[in-house]
Amino acid sequence: MMAIPLAGALALALPRERFLGDDAALGRFAVGLSGATLLVGLSALTAFDFGAPQRMQLRVDWPWAPSIGLRFHLGVDGISLPLVLLTALLTFLCLVYTAKHPPAGGRLRLFTALLLVLEVGMLGTFVALDLVLFFVFFEVVLVPMYAVIAIWGTGDRRAAALKFILYTLLGSGLLLAGMLLVGVKAGTLDMTVLAQRHGEGLTRGVQIVAFLLMALGFGVKAPMWPLHTWLPDAHTAAPTAGSVLLAGVLLKMGTYGIVRIALPSAPEGAEFWAPWLGLLAVVGIVYGALACLAQTDLKRMIAFSSVGHMGFVLLGIATLTPVGVNAALFGNIAHGLITGLLFFLAGSVKDRYGTGDLRELGGGLLTSAPRLASVLTFASVASLGLPGLAGFWGEMLALLGAYRPDADLPRATFVTFMAVGGIGAVLTAAYFLRMLSRITHGPVPDERLTAGPVAAVTRHEYAAWLPLVALTLLVGLWPKTLLDVTTAPVRALLGGG
Amino acid sequence: MIQGIDYAAIAPPLILAVAALGALLADAFGAPRRALALVSGGALGVALLAVAALAFGGRRATFCLPTGLRGNGPRSCSYVADDFTLLFQGVVLAAAVIVVLLSVREVVESRIPAGEYHFLLLAAVVGALTLVAARDLVLLAVSLETLSLPVFALVALRRYDGVASEAALKLFLVSVISAAVMLFGISLVYGATGAMHLDRIAPALDRLPTELEPVAVVGIVLVLAGFAFKVAAVPFHFWAPDVYQGAPLPVAAFLSVVSKAAGFAGLAIVLALGFPAFGHVWGPVVAVLAAVTMTLGNLLALRQTTAIRLLAWSSVAQSGYMLAPLAVGRSRLPEAVAATTAYVALYAVMNIGAFAVIVAVRERLTRDALDDYRGLARTRPGLAAAMAFFLICLAGLPPGVMGLFAKVVVFRAAVAGDVTWLAVVMAVNTVIGLYYYLLWAVRLFTAPAGRPADVAPGTPVRAAIAAAFAGAVVLSVAPQIVLQTVATVS
Repeated sequence: MMAIPLAGALALALPRERFLGDDAALGRFAVGLSGATLLVGLSALTAFDFGAPQRMQLRVDWPWAPSIGLRFHLGVDGISLPLVLLTALLTFLCLVYTAKHPPAGGRLRLFTALLLVLEVGMLGTFVALDLVLFFVFFEVVLVPMYAVIAIWGTGDRRAAALKFILYTLLGSGLLLAGMLLVGVKAGTLDMTVLAQRHGEGLTRGVQIVAFLLMALGFGVKAPMWPLHTWLPDAHTAAPTAGSVLLAGVLLKMGTYGIVRIALPSAPEGAEFWAPWLGLLAVVGIVYGALACLAQTDLKRMIAFSSVGHMGFVLLGIATLTPVGVNAALFGNIAHGLITGLLFFLAGSVKDRYGTGDLRELGGGLLTSAPRLASVLTFASVASLGLPGLAGFWGEMLALLGAYRPDADLPRATFVTFMAVGGIGAVLTAAYFLRMLSRITHGPVPDERLTAGPVAAVTRHEYAAWLPLVALTLLVGLWPKTLLDVTTAPVRALLGGG
Repeated sequence: MIQGIDYAAIAPPLILAVAALGALLADAFGAPRRALALVSGGALGVALLAVAALAFGGRRATFCLPTGLRGNGPRSCSYVADDFTLLFQGVVLAAAVIVVLLSVREVVESRIPAGEYHFLLLAAVVGALTLVAARDLVLLAVSLETLSLPVFALVALRRYDGVASEAALKLFLVSVISAAVMLFGISLVYGATGAMHLDRIAPALDRLPTELEPVAVVGIVLVLAGFAFKVAAVPFHFWAPDVYQGAPLPVAAFLSVVSKAAGFAGLAIVLALGFPAFGHVWGPVVAVLAAVTMTLGNLLALRQTTAIRLLAWSSVAQSGYMLAPLAVGRSRLPEAVAATTAYVALYAVMNIGAFAVIVAVRERLTRDALDDYRGLARTRPGLAAAMAFFLICLAGLPPGVMGLFAKVVVFRAAVAGDVTWLAVVMAVNTVIGLYYYLLWAVRLFTAPAGRPADVAPGTPVRAAIAAAFAGAVVLSVAPQIVLQTVATVS
């Protein structure tokens, strides 16, 4: 079992620089490398014992800085495994896409290197089992993402990148304080031990403070309303690959952190703050939906839709029930797949038409670029939660969880949350349908007709889209594949509940 | 009465004292500047070796109370070379070597008298080395002055420069006042406890009669104020930016690293060994000092447009982080001292590196605006990469893992000592700090505004940057080198 030091291979197999002269070779190299990473991830899938997904598997555990009790401790369980695979997949697809559609701004070598460093940070976050190690990986993603937005972004990219890094760092600072509070008071930094104890040995006051600090820290990343304001700017400004990773993986780090660290290590604190978390979550859902209705930029709209979707995820977490937390994890994966796809599509639309503005795009995309428009329709429909596609289950289960929250939580409040969340879901449908009616349907504007045919969809674009489409269908039609893996560890984390 | 002296224990300061006199004499006989730099750098190197050799041996102590005078009390030695001392001596000496490397060219270009310069520098280092080994209040005060006095002269050595003279005067006035305040504090503590040795003061404070308590409290706060000046903590920070700007750059580096490290060592010694009984008094004072220092330093650093002033204010802010662990008071004090020590040691590496790059860039540029750093990545990619790395380390973000661990250690100590609010203040401050460090780092990679700066650092400066960079990289990969040493410090 330990023969595949999964994370070690992942982390160490990512060189920063190689002597690859031309961009094509660089592209092949990057694709090969991230593909290998994905393969290692998939082989971990085979090595993973699905009979006991709540157990940490494929562990690596070395002392790093013993004087402060820091260990290089990695491992995967049912909660992190899907996210690890999602990360590996999305990075791979991003690099495939980038190989053919490099971002404007040149310096492809640096871009590739940064994406690979990002991948290390993201994977590390999901497999780290030591609080400080988790924090280190959590931070690793900041500088590369900052550079990706600031160098290859569009529009007001510097300001957006700066906003992104400052907001996230504020979150990280609070997070660090919260995690160390738990670590010091409990006397261990080991996440598995902390999870087993379920807050034993921590007083109620400590748990409340710690959970608040951690929830704020992760909330910035997630993003939780009203800490989300960095997100639309960052998404809009980032290049396609940046947006995909930002939405597909980075946001998940926040919710994953809450589930993995904040819930099990400070359960009483979680109970205390859960109604507030739920409130902010539903505000986020409705706010995200309303903001989307007002957006005219395609990428900005998708970004705000992320706020709404992550609201569902947070609502699921706030219920503190296995159903709700399962929904959250499901929503995480679904959102990663669908929004990743949407950002790829938005990037392609922008490449072809030179704008992401809904008004300038006009209608008739189905006529002028039928294939692109079909996939866009598919992704939008999946995102608004059509039953049978991945987006549906996350939202539905989150609302179901809110209908029957943890016994110690005020039920009436959560039922209200559920109702409001339901309205939010309807609004989500409204803005996606509005977006589709604006750009895919209707007549093609005259100036587009005269501008000549739109470039066909390239092989690389298909290569980036189709796996996501397939997985969206798979997860949507057989949600059990995913739920089976996450259920047992969630129960373990919540203390057998 | 004749006392045996353990010459091995006091070898490092002794070597430097001899070398300092040697440098002064050699200058009188017309030795070339390069030879003087070699003498001073060499002496520092030998002293560093001595420290390394001592580190393998056990704890050494000398200048102890003779058995006849000791009574039933502890051994009461004035000079102790334990792990804590040796770690700080190592940091001080290594940083001083870098300062000497940086000053080779500055001495020539600023027409500074070389003999005096090296003499004063070595004398100040002797003060720093003694300060970190001192275990009684008199030796602390004397060595603190030995550290301070040469620095006034060093700052003023560019005699033709009005800014330098003003800076020196400012430093002198603030320093003298703080020394007076501290001496008054020491006298009050002595009056209350009847002891000068820290290992006697501590038990005396523990069973202090209630009517003497106010005296002791005032004394402790005044001693604290004296050290707050040394480490440039608010409200004794006003001298820092002006002095950094007016002084020759290597001297500014010396002030911000060597002098500060020694100051923190002294502070930690006094608080941890002498005054733990009054932790409930000085704990909150230090907490407030730390919070105000980091916030004010960071806010003012935001508004700076010259590199040296920015670094000056940011180093004020960094003092705040270093103070933070000591805010815990008596509970978990050893851990807090270890955290401060670790932070100081790590900070020394990053900050001396940043200073080295500034020296390299300013050698050719007359001005020192932050915008001069634009486009450095095009003309000098190595220099820019090193600078970016130091800045990211100071900001505490990966890949500057070293800075991140420094922050983690400090946060941990603060949280463990139940001053979580201070940790939250720190969290906010790291964001402010990141803002200006990051903007500076980004400047390195943007297109130059006008003519790209033609920067050609000399070999010594290059060596200094390389050494600091290597240190930073090694400590980023293996932070336990420092953290482990610190853990054994008591």
